[in-house]
Amino acid sequence: MATVSDSRVKEIQVNGRKVAVDVEPERSLLFVLRDELGLTGSKYGCGEGRCGACTVLIDGQPKRSCTTKVGSVAEKPIRTIESIADGDKLHAVQQAFLDVGGLQCGYCTSGMIMSAVALLAENPQPQRDDILRYMNGHICRCGVYGRIVEAIEKAAQGHVACNGQCPTGEKGGSA
Amino acid sequence: MRGATQDLLLTDTPREVERYEQFETAAQLEAAALADQDAWDVTRRDFFRITGGGLVVALLLSRTSLAQETGQPRNRGGRQVPQDVSAWLHIGADSVVTVYTGKVEVGQNVRTSLSQAVADELRTPIERIQLVMADTQLVPYDGGTSGSRSTPAMAPQLRRAAAAAREALLSLAAERYSLSRASLSVREGAVHDGQSNKTYSFGDLTKGEQLVKVLDRDAPITPADEWQVAGTSVPKVNGRAFVTGQHQYTSDIRREGMLFGKVLRPASFKATLTSVDTSRAEALPNVTVVHDGDFVGVVAPSRDTAEQALAIIDAQWKETPQPSSKELFAYLKEHPTNGRGGPGGSSDAKPANLADAFSRAEHQVSASYDIAYIAHAPLEPRAAVAEWNDNKLTVWTGTQQPFGVRESLATTFKLAPEDVRLIVPDTGAGYGGKHTGDAAIEAARLARKAGKPVKIIWTREEEFTWAYFRPAGVIEIKAGVQADGQIIAWEHHNWNSGASGLESPYQAPQQNQFHGADSPLRQGSYRGLAATANHFARESHMDDLAAAVKLEPLAFRLKNTTDPRLRAVLESAAEQFGWSGSKSTSTQGFGIAGGKEKGSYVASCAEVSIDADGAIKVVRLVTAFECGAVVNPDHLRNQIEGAGVQGIGGALFEAIQFADGRILNPRFSKYRVPRFADLPIQETVLIDRRDLPSAGAGETPIVCVAPAIGNAIFAATGVRLRNLPMAPDGLKRAAKDA
Repeated sequence: MATVSDSRVKEIQVNGRKVAVDVEPERSLLFVLRDELGLTGSKYGCGEGRCGACTVLIDGQPKRSCTTKVGSVAEKPIRTIESIADGDKLHAVQQAFLDVGGLQCGYCTSGMIMSAVALLAENPQPQRDDILRYMNGHICRCGVYGRIVEAIEKAAQGHVACNGQCPTGEKGGSA
Repeated sequence: MRGATQDLLLTDTPREVERYEQFETAAQLEAAALADQDAWDVTRRDFFRITGGGLVVALLLSRTSLAQETGQPRNRGGRQVPQDVSAWLHIGADSVVTVYTGKVEVGQNVRTSLSQAVADELRTPIERIQLVMADTQLVPYDGGTSGSRSTPAMAPQLRRAAAAAREALLSLAAERYSLSRASLSVREGAVHDGQSNKTYSFGDLTKGEQLVKVLDRDAPITPADEWQVAGTSVPKVNGRAFVTGQHQYTSDIRREGMLFGKVLRPASFKATLTSVDTSRAEALPNVTVVHDGDFVGVVAPSRDTAEQALAIIDAQWKETPQPSSKELFAYLKEHPTNGRGGPGGSSDAKPANLADAFSRAEHQVSASYDIAYIAHAPLEPRAAVAEWNDNKLTVWTGTQQPFGVRESLATTFKLAPEDVRLIVPDTGAGYGGKHTGDAAIEAARLARKAGKPVKIIWTREEEFTWAYFRPAGVIEIKAGVQADGQIIAWEHHNWNSGASGLESPYQAPQQNQFHGADSPLRQGSYRGLAATANHFARESHMDDLAAAVKLEPLAFRLKNTTDPRLRAVLESAAEQFGWSGSKSTSTQGFGIAGGKEKGSYVASCAEVSIDADGAIKVVRLVTAFECGAVVNPDHLRNQIEGAGVQGIGGALFEAIQFADGRILNPRFSKYRVPRFADLPIQETVLIDRRDLPSAGAGETPIVCVAPAIGNAIFAATGVRLRNLPMAPDGLKRAAKDA
């Protein structure tokens, strides 16, 4: 189990493993992941939870790790972009992003994929409006929104039952 | 910075006045230009130390031949200039082709398009082409990635080097195996002998060799109608690294012993430090403070500690009163600067006739347009990692000017340029906003004092405040038109914003002028430079003229141009859009705009809806685009769609607010950028002109977005909005202010 002793966090659960840390509970989860654990796939874009580049899954739900204090998630399963592929096998969402060309500079892409994975776990056949609403917290300054919507629609079409393999935490995937 | 001067030599367009960020070090520019520096660090021996054995092909481009290409003077200050290597590539025992280029990848997918050019000439699968980009220790000198020049200028050079490599491989095979050269060809990444049907891999041919082929002549390159790889929609060559979070941006780089740095920012622009007490910060464990004149920074083992240390530095600043955004436009007109104005390329500048023409005009329309400062807001903020080894410096940073920033570092720290290595990883966007090396210099300063590598990542607030903005401006246009719709006089003035796109592509006798002004805010290059502002003003004005003579906007434009490329994009966009069947109502408007910039042509049609509260939504955006021979259709569409979305921000709601030398909205919660909710239906028509050389496409697609939207709003409501942004608080408020 994760430990919060006195005022420091000594352990968190990341990508299915317990990881030792030694940080104040007020530290931003984003920087614990990036600077302490070397998981640099989650990005800093704004520091105020308004751009989505830092998005990780906490207990299957997308959260902005830049405004999340590590102490508040010390006992919850955390998933980052680094866990979405299955070894060499890309997740359907990742493959769809590549297939439709859903990125330019790529800086928003990790966050987009995390939210998209969570969306499809919750709603396997989203309508376009569902996607626009769900993803609206993410900024793509290069303006690739149209293709990102396409990628999510494409992943939804090809989405097969993942039998609990879907990396959204204990809730598992959907039929 | 050498960059701007080199730009002059390597491009055939005049130096763009709006690149203000480069004027900041003008004195350094001139000094560098006159210095007889060897432009390239890598010698023949170095090649093979870097690459191992094999074949190296280097393309020399002497400045003499450059001068002949561009019509620019050969000598600067009467001194002979040395030959430059403009491109080089290496083929090794593994048959991998490594290409070295000074261009940078900031999301425009030039890594892919340049790979396509080489794959084409070397008839090799694209998976075997590797690009080493923007590492100043390895790549030839480059004037910067800007001006939409990578496709028209760098791709042909890489093709020449690749074509020369192809010929060298054929000669190698013929010689080594005593084959008839005529029976040999290169295909599928190997040399093929038509007589025996044997193939010889590149690796086999180059193994054990250390060959250098240096060309100073043009090798013939494949014409566009014979392209096999270019002209197709090759996917982003390193896309997998981005969807897995594996790609290392500058801000992701970790070096042994690395510390985190932060810089103390002045209370306001132009503020000077009157006193500073760093003692409390210095008392923190493992914190180093750097204080050098007005530069104060901290270095700490973690980002949080660095922030804490910065927060407890006690600094007093002397501030200066400065104009605010409320007074901006009057200020610009009232504060011209000498020496930075100039004619804006009138095609038919006959002042005397214009006065006469205006007096003859049956209708005259005059209007003024205000253009706000906007921010690039690249999603990856400025960042740098600096590392000193003895007196040599390596810096990773996201910039579009690797050699310019190297020069800045060398000058700042009094180093020889060869002792500075500047590396640009594929970067989280720029849009013209990362031409300077601010973070690089800061990180290097801190690293030198700390004796350890230092990483600096600017906060979003810093990125919104201490970078530079797209210039604000005031535009005035006066035009005279006859009742039959012919424009007979056109006069377009631009204060401060810039001269790009100042010239009207229509057939009007015109006289245009750019007036430099004292800008309250630091400003510089932004995607399209002033072409966005000037197209907005011009294409809005065109619709007003059309209304005055009761001609439909497309017909009015076609009446005033014979340029077939402009007509083609206007007609294609209109057809795809269903323009002729579109009738605006009070809640649904349709608008069109056309133009050209940087050698390519664009037309945009917009459908907007306006609800009862005056909220404006861009429902549909159709763009027709023509840039000569299309290198990668899908990536081109991506650029056009992206520019379309980005353009909506500048058109409708983006604006930097400032007062007392402070930016008032330096974060995404206060500076609205286009989001998923703003996404229109987008359609793109590509006109592929294989008979024309490829022009760049990173900028031009943005320039007609704002006027198409403005014209649609006008068509629906009769309200003409003449400011960018047009309606940050909706139409009702904008109509009141209009």
